[in-house]
Parts: sequence; structure tokens; C-alpha cells
Amino acid sequence: MAASDAHSGASIRHAFGNVLGFFILLLIGVLAFSIRLFSVIKYESVIHEFDPYFNYRVTQFLTKNGIYDFWNWFDDRTWYPLGRVIGGTVYPGLTLTAGTLWWMLNSLNIPLSVETVCVFTAPIFSAFASWATYLLTKEVKGTGAGLTAAVLLAMVNFSSSFVPSYISRSVAGSYDNEAVAIFALIFTFYLYIKTLNTGSLFYATLNSIAYFYMVCSWGGYTFIINLIPMHVLLCIVTGRYSSRLYIAYAPLVVLGTLLASLVPVVGFNAVMTSEHFASFLVFIIIHVVALVYYIKGILSPKMFKVALALVVSAGLAVCCAMVAVLIALVASSPTKGWSGRSLSLLDPTYASKYIPIIASVSEHQPPTWPSYFMDINVLAFLVPAGIIACFSPLSDASSFVVLYIVTSVYFSGVMVRLMLVLAPAACILSGIALSQAFDVFTRSIKLQLPSVSGQSNVDAGEASSGNVVPNDPVKTDKNEDTSKERTSKKSKKKEKEHVEKPVSKSQIKKRLLVLPLETSIIAIILLVLLGAFYVVHSVWAAAEAYSAPSIVLTSHSHDGLHVFDDFREAYAWLSHNTEIDDKVASWWDYGYQTTAMANRTVIVDNNTWNNTHIATVGTAMSSPEKAAWEIFHSLDVKYVLVVFGGLVGYPSDDINKFLWMVRIGGGVFPHIKEPDYLRDGQYRIDSMATPTMLNCLMYKLSYYRFVETDGKAFDRVRRTEIGKKYFKLTHFEEVFTTHHWMVRIYKLKPPKNRIRGKIKKSKSVQNKLENKLEKKRTKKEPLLV
Amino acid sequence: MSLKLIAVFLALIPLLCSSFSPETPSDRRVLVLLDDFAVKSSHSLFFNSLKSRGFDLHFHLADDPKIALQRYGQYLFDALILFSPTIERFGGSVDAAAILDFVDSGHDLIVAADSNASDLIREIATECGVDFDEDPAAMVVDHSGYAVSATEGDHTLIASDDFIKSDVILGSKKIEATFFSDFSGYMRQAPVLFQGIGHSVNPTNSLVLKVLSASPSAFSANPKSKVTSPPSLTGSSISLVSVIQARNNARILISGSLSMFSNRFFRSGVQKVGSPTKHEKSGNEQFLNELSKWVFHERGHLKAVNVQHHKVGEVNEPAIYRINDDLEYSVEVYEWSGTTWEPYVSDDVQVQFYMMSPYVLKTLSTDGKGRYFTSFKVPDVYGVFQFKVEYEKLGYTSISLSKQIPVRPFRHNEYERFIPAAYPYYGAAFSMVSISPIFFG
Repeated sequence: MAASDAHSGASIRHAFGNVLGFFILLLIGVLAFSIRLFSVIKYESVIHEFDPYFNYRVTQFLTKNGIYDFWNWFDDRTWYPLGRVIGGTVYPGLTLTAGTLWWMLNSLNIPLSVETVCVFTAPIFSAFASWATYLLTKEVKGTGAGLTAAVLLAMVNFSSSFVPSYISRSVAGSYDNEAVAIFALIFTFYLYIKTLNTGSLFYATLNSIAYFYMVCSWGGYTFIINLIPMHVLLCIVTGRYSSRLYIAYAPLVVLGTLLASLVPVVGFNAVMTSEHFASFLVFIIIHVVALVYYIKGILSPKMFKVALALVVSAGLAVCCAMVAVLIALVASSPTKGWSGRSLSLLDPTYASKYIPIIASVSEHQPPTWPSYFMDINVLAFLVPAGIIACFSPLSDASSFVVLYIVTSVYFSGVMVRLMLVLAPAACILSGIALSQAFDVFTRSIKLQLPSVSGQSNVDAGEASSGNVVPNDPVKTDKNEDTSKERTSKKSKKKEKEHVEKPVSKSQIKKRLLVLPLETSIIAIILLVLLGAFYVVHSVWAAAEAYSAPSIVLTSHSHDGLHVFDDFREAYAWLSHNTEIDDKVASWWDYGYQTTAMANRTVIVDNNTWNNTHIATVGTAMSSPEKAAWEIFHSLDVKYVLVVFGGLVGYPSDDINKFLWMVRIGGGVFPHIKEPDYLRDGQYRIDSMATPTMLNCLMYKLSYYRFVETDGKAFDRVRRTEIGKKYFKLTHFEEVFTTHHWMVRIYKLKPPKNRIRGKIKKSKSVQNKLENKLEKKRTKKEPLLV
Repeated sequence: MSLKLIAVFLALIPLLCSSFSPETPSDRRVLVLLDDFAVKSSHSLFFNSLKSRGFDLHFHLADDPKIALQRYGQYLFDALILFSPTIERFGGSVDAAAILDFVDSGHDLIVAADSNASDLIREIATECGVDFDEDPAAMVVDHSGYAVSATEGDHTLIASDDFIKSDVILGSKKIEATFFSDFSGYMRQAPVLFQGIGHSVNPTNSLVLKVLSASPSAFSANPKSKVTSPPSLTGSSISLVSVIQARNNARILISGSLSMFSNRFFRSGVQKVGSPTKHEKSGNEQFLNELSKWVFHERGHLKAVNVQHHKVGEVNEPAIYRINDDLEYSVEVYEWSGTTWEPYVSDDVQVQFYMMSPYVLKTLSTDGKGRYFTSFKVPDVYGVFQFKVEYEKLGYTSISLSKQIPVRPFRHNEYERFIPAAYPYYGAAFSMVSISPIFFG
């Protein structure tokens, strides 16, 4: 009877846990969504940064022209005159997702604009992502009793919905690939673990489809297709091969590769580049291993040894031959078949040595130490605990998470952008750590509270075993197992494997884990405090650090809030005052925004696919005026746009990016030499600057008339007076400068109508004439606001 | 360089439109600025010739305070003749900068300097690319190419017949003597009388043309004093009359002599020293009249209209081409004859299909009625191309047309559906499908 009591108590507890879990899940979703709305509240519903503008423009095109035109879109407004085949060079996942959302809403007669849908796509998917993280964690630590699962869920979701590094990429308006890709990544991992635990082909197929969605969404899919083979290999090496592993892996490789090659931007890369080779190699290995296990099964041990010798010798020969062919193939390509970004992941110094264009992107730089504490905060301390929790005991699933965290820590150390991949792993592990800790402490309290312990020993035993299920799922009693309908096949299988473990021993171990009451209470309070600090930090980060749309800037000073809306001012000027077919040259950072907001053709943009073209613009910016004019003129450029922060102290302006322009330009056109722009290895723009620096176009366009602002020409970013204050432009004319001088637009002067004779007239006449001509010109000049 | 020119011309198209009405590019209203109203009668033959060709001449003294080139932003005149070599300061609102602006907005200019040319006139000439001898007293002297005249020993009156070889600028009718006395059997051109200062042009300046050059024995020096230092200008590098066609097709004539326009020079006979031929009448009248026709756009002014391109077999212009499309291109080119637009016939008009460099360069065939056409295949490269016609021929206004057209790659469904090389794979797939029931079924 006690047993049935226990059953009913457990089922009520489960039902309660499930309901609670559901509401927690729902609330966490709402929380994950709403914490990302700070940017909309503080600024406005606007697309952020640079890349999202491109995605927005593509989505607009998609919603207007349909999927086939999108697929075949040849964009003649970027990369002039080369153009860009958008359909074949873009990861369409995000665009299709937002396009589908928009289409669904519209067919439900909810007339939202495309922009609104784009702005809110990232928050919606971050809610999905936290649910997916929960699912993944649940798979890793097994399905426990409802309450613990709910605690786990709350913890994981809590951390995953709050982790600042993920917030930074998924605030409302940050309409970038990562917004949906992180969800896809975690969901793919979840399905992989699910398949691994259940051995179900259904989940394996779902897994391939999730992988396909990931491939559609983000170039980071190579992380999946390398991490999973790594894990499979790990399982094989540690002797954990099972048919479940085979089912989890083989269909993924076959179906996943087939599906991946359907994405135009990947295409044949799915079978041709080195990033994918690991998966094929492991695919072969797993078949060999499967064959070995099969033979082992049908042969007697003696026969098997003979067969093994045969297979090993033959297999080795075949393998050697294949490896040789593979190496020869790979070695024949200059980059060894790796793309530049992947190579810089393997060798962190690669990009800075060979590909300045990759190194120049700030998010491709290695992160600084403080940024770890900024981005994952408390989680950084909890992750090691989580790793330890994963080792007791080590299952297929938990080994995967350990592998995941280890690789993602490495990758995030190489590229700050990949902090994003680390974030879910850190959440999972710290969620596990927290829930384990709570588990231990609450159980300790429960066992020691006289009221509870006095009630019945059975209850305590039941509660502890029920609670400890996630801790060690294989140790559950047989009868309790059957009573739980949610118990999966997996735990049964586990049970078969580990059936030799003595039950009594685990009971003793549980008793040993009991801590003193006071310690437990204090520890719980401390943990709650830790969590609270984390929440405070995350909300602060979400509100202050990561919600700035970067096209609208604000600054607080003694006389209140200042809003710098110069970018949109400049783009609006361009769209209203220039011809529709005019070409605007700027450094590539502003390419996407110019095409999306000003609707003007640009020479280079943030899709840095053609290094030579970017180097041409870099060379023009680093050349003297006349040479620059000729370069721009040969590209039919009408306007040049520079971003200048010297007046308001906006540090990421073109002068600070200028050395990259020199480097990238010099990489293709050797007459641009970096040392010419440096005085004793120092980059300076003050009176000590080199003449090359003071005469280059970027200096002139940035500082033209700058002395008129304060009379001293003091640059507030570089904190110095500039070197050359008074100069005239001969081949360019200023047509627009925004309110805070952050964006300056120049027009290329047409070549002179007449060519002057040689004779220098007496100075006075010459001056008189020039003054008059100058006066005429200034009259025609548009008003500077 | 050519690229630059295109962009300039593109930029100047609106300017051009406002300066010449496209229907009648010739000038109509001409402002003549004089030092002295006596010039009006002493140079009446030249002026009458202009009047007879329909020009509306407005004579003013150069220092007349009422003169103005424009009013309310509109130019009052289509062309300007400066027969005021000594003027130091124009009256009214006119100054050198105003005159250069006048030219830069597409209007024509004739400048006649003289031995005592003022700094102002020299400055205008320099701005146009013509450098007069800096010595204010210098004149062109030619001891072996002077014209035989009444005042013996005056070797500053030069008879020059070193013309530019261009029918467009000087007219197809050769400048010739009314009769020829040397009976040599071929017609000799009557030399042009010139008395004034010489100038030099920068050989790298592609806009300036020397129309009338001095002989190799000429030099530029003060004829009244002894030549002590080597003269700065010598030989055939001295240009006597130059024309400039600015990038906006405004035309400028600069002469170092005002007197060559005079009735006296028009009417006088000429005999070059050492030449047995005595011409009854100098070549001045025909030379300057023909030159003024060119300067005032009565000749050598081209227009290109009606650019059309489409796929072979279609009529409408597509918004985008696909790689390897066959297309047809046509343009119509006309020349202004002074009264009407006549078809321009030439075999050297070319079109480029251009993206950073010409991928296709084809000479256009013409039907003789002004229409030029060709057809070609779009190259196997996608990008934003331009149809470019850049036609720059000596004496003609330059034509620079460019029309942007993107070229896209194949659509996803424009590739071949089945390719022969893949048949083994199709076979494998279908055999697999047909055999699988045996194994699994």
C-alpha cells in the first residue's frame, strides 16, 4: 500500500511539476522576449548595425518579389560594377523565416510592416532558443521528476534567456543570421542527443532537417558538422559505440549533406571543402566499427580474432590509400581547402598574417578577458562545476556537452563573435551545476527537517530517489521506473548496460551527500544571491550595453541626453539629393546601410567577397587627392562618404579604421606602404604625422574645414590637435556634412572644362582671379547644415 | 583619360542642353566688345559676313558700364567676340571670371589680342590654355616668311599658310587664290596675313588646336629693339591662331592679331617673300569666315540620339540582360549643317560593352541615313555593364554616350535539366529504386 501511496504522491508531484514547468517555460519565453525589447523602448523600432540592414533589404525583396526571384536575385546596386548574386551568396534561413512570419501574419490580416517583423524576429527566436536549451539540457541530464526538471528548466532557461553575449546578438532590431542560427544550433544538438538517447530514426530525420535549417541560416553550421563527428569519434574511442550512435550519426551525414548542398551558398562546398571532411572520415570509421561489432556478434571469439587480423591488415591498407589521396587533394589547393575564416579559427594568427580583411573586422578579433566576465558573468564560475556534474556519471549525452563547452571556449577565445556559441553551452552547464547544487542542498534540508523526516522513511527515500533521478538516472528502481510513463527507452537501455551497478551502494552514496542543515540553507541563499546578481547584471547589460542600435547614438553629459542621428541624416540626404543611379564610395562598413537606407549603388559593402575591390577603395582612401580622384572616377563614383568622429568623440570612425584601409590596399597594390603612414611605428595625425598621412584622401576628407569648428582643430577621439589644419580640396567638393560632423559627403569635381596654360601670371592678378572664382564657387555651394 | 572625359560629358549633358538648344546648336546672339567703335567699320567685312549668316551682333565698348553677360541667371548672349586687346578692365559686371564662366556654361568666344595686349586678355587666354609671349612688346617676326608690302623692312606682317589639316575646321573648300600666276598646275592656298603676337600651346593639352602656325623661321621678339637674348618663342611652335574646344564643347578662337580680321587685310593682295606667286586677295577672309563658322557651331557639331538596344528578335529594351544573350544596338548620329540636322556618315564609330574595361568593342555599320547599328553576344561575365560610344574626332564635337545595363547569370531553371555526363548517375539511382523492393519488399 505504501508503494501505491508513493505512486499517487509521485504522480501528483509529477503533474504539479509539469504544470509548474509549463508555466515556467511560458514565462521564461516571455522574459526572453521582453528583455530584448529595451532597444525598442529606449530608442525606437529600428534595424540595428550594418548586416541587419542587408538582411532587411533582402527580406523586403523577398516579400515583394517572391522566392524564385529572391533565389535568382542579381543585385546591381552593390559591388559596382561587378554586382552580386544575392541568391547564391546569402544564407537564406533568416530571410525566409522572417518572410514566412510576415506572410503568415498578413494572411491572418495582421498588417505588420516587413521592418516590424524583422525587428522582432530575433527576440521571438531567442525565446525559442531558451526552450531548445531546456530541451537539450533535459536530454543531457535525463528526464527527472517534474519539480527538479522544473528547477533545471528555470535555471537553464533563466541563464540562457539572460546570458548577455546572446542578448547582444538578439536584441530587437538585431536582425542577423545569428538570431535564428543559435536556436537552430541548439535544436540540432537537442535532436542529436535525443536520437542518441532513443535510437529513433524519426528523430534522426528530424535532426537532419534541423541541420538543414541551420545550414540555411548561418555559416556556423560547420561547427555542428565538426562537433558531432568529434563526439562520435570520442564515443567510439571510449568504447561507447552502440547502434543508437550509428543511427544518430549516419543519417545525419547522408541526409544532412544532401540537404546542405541544396542551399545555393553551400552547394558543392558540402562535399568539397575541408570543413566537411571530418564528418566523412568519421562516417567511414563508424561503418568500419559497425562492421567490426557485427562480425564480433556472429563469430566465435576465436574466429573473431582471426577475422580481426585480416580486417585490420586489409582495412589499414585501404585507409592508408584513402588518406593519401585525401591529403594529396587537400594539399593541392593553396589554402588547404579551408576557407580563410575557418583557418583563422585553427590558427588564430592566420588572418592577421595573410588576410587583413578578416582581421580588420572587430568581431573577428580575439576577445579580451573582461569581455568573458561581461558576457557570461556568473556562468564563468558555474561552468567548471557543471563539467564536474557531467562526469558523474559520464553518459553519451553529457560527454557531448563537455565536448561542446571545450570547443566553444576555444573558438570564443579566437573570435569574439563566437562567444555566441559559447553562451548556450555555458548556460547548459551552469544550469546543470545549479540544479545539482539545489538538489543536494534541498535534499539535505529535507532529510534533516524533523517534520519531514519523521513522517515516513519511505517518503524520504522516495523523494530522494525521485529527486536524484537527474543526478543519476540509471540508478532508479525497477518498479518506480515502470510507474513513470515518461521514462524513456533510453534509461531502460542505460539500465541494461549498467545493471551490474549495485543499488545498495548508491543508497549509501546518497546518504553521504547529505550536508548539515545550516550549511545547506546558507548555500542556497548564496546561490540565490548569485543568481540575483546575475539577473541584475544581465538586465543592466541588456538595457545599457547591448541595446544601442549603433545607427542612433546617445551620450549623457552634464546638460542632458544627446542624440546623434547623423547616419540617418546623411543617408536621407543621399536619397533625396542624388540621382538614383549615382555611385557612392565609402569604406565597406557603410555599404549595407547605404544601399538599404539611401538606396544608392555602392562600390563595396560588408559582404567582403572581393578583396581586390575593397583594396581598390582602400588604395583610393590612402592616396593623394588626384590619384584617389582617378581611381574613384574609373569606378564611376559620384560621391564619397566618410565617417568622422573627431568633433563629437565617436571612436569607430574612418580615421581609426584607416590603417586597415592602408593594409588591405597595400596587400593588393604594393605602392601603398604602411610605414609611410606611421611615424616611428606610431599612427598619428598630429603635427608629427608623416606627409603621406597628411596628404592622403582620408585625412583630407575627414579634416577638411575642421579648424573652423573650434579654431584649434582639436580631435576629440585622438585627443590631439591635427597636423594640417588649413588646406583646400582640388578634386573633391564638400556637399554635405551632418549636424555633428559624423558623416561627411563629398562630390567628385568634374574634370576641368578647360586646361590652363603654363604661364604663371603675376601674383596679384592671379590671386584676384582666384578669389573671384572662389567666390563664385562658394555661392553655388550647397548650404552646410 | 577617356573615362574621365565620359564622366565629364555625362555631367555636362544638362549644361549642354541649356546652352545649345538641341535643335539649333548654332549661336544667334553675339556680343562684340570693342576698344573703339572705329573697329566696327574697319572690320566691317568680317562682321557683315556674320550678319549675313544670321547672327545678331550687339556692339559695345569694352568699358561700357552697362554691359552684362547675364541677367537673372540667364545668359543674354550665345557667343562673345573680344576685339578689345588693350582693355584693362571691362565695364559692368564683366570680368575674366565672368567670361570664363560664360565659356564653361557652353558658350563660344573669339578673342583677338594684339601687340599691346592687356594682362586681362592674356589672362583669359592663359585660362583657356594659350600662352601669349610674356614680353609685352614682342611681335612675331619672320625674316623669310613675311609678306611683301609697302613698308619695306617690316617683317612683322607675316604671310602664313601653315594651316591645320582639317576640313571640318577650315571648310572643305580650299583657301585658294582667285587666280594663280605660277602656272605650276596646282592650286596654291593663298597665305593668311598676320600681324601681332604669337603664342604657344602646351602639346599635352588635348583641347587646344593650332590652326595657323608660324613658319620655322619665325620668332617672337620686340621688332624695334635688337634681339639680345634668345627669344622665348621660336619656329613653328609659335601658334598664330588657335582654337580650343572645351570639354563641354564650347569653342574658343584665340588670335594674336586683331588686324587680321580687318577689312584692309581681307582685301589686300599677298605675296610671300621669295614666292613668285602674287595672290590678288589674301586668304584671311575665307580663313576667318570658315573658322568663325566652326567656332559658332555651324559645322562639326554632332548629336547622337535614339540609342536603342534589345535582344535579337525582340523590340523592347530589356531591364537586364543574361550572359550569352545576343543583342542588337543602334544609335543615330547627325551633324548640324547650320540650318538642318544632316545624317553623319563615317565608318569609325565604335561601341563598347564596358565593365571596368571593354569586353566587346565593335565598329558600328551605318545605313548612310544617320543610323549606326551592330549586334553582338553578351560576354560570359555578369556585372553592371555600360554601352559606351565615345567618339572624338578632330574638329567635331565629342560624343560620349553611356548607358548602364546589368547582366545577370542564368536563372536556376535556365540550366540544362539533364546533362549527358550524369546519365550513369541517373541510371544508378533508378536501378536502385527498381531493385530495392527485391531486398526490402
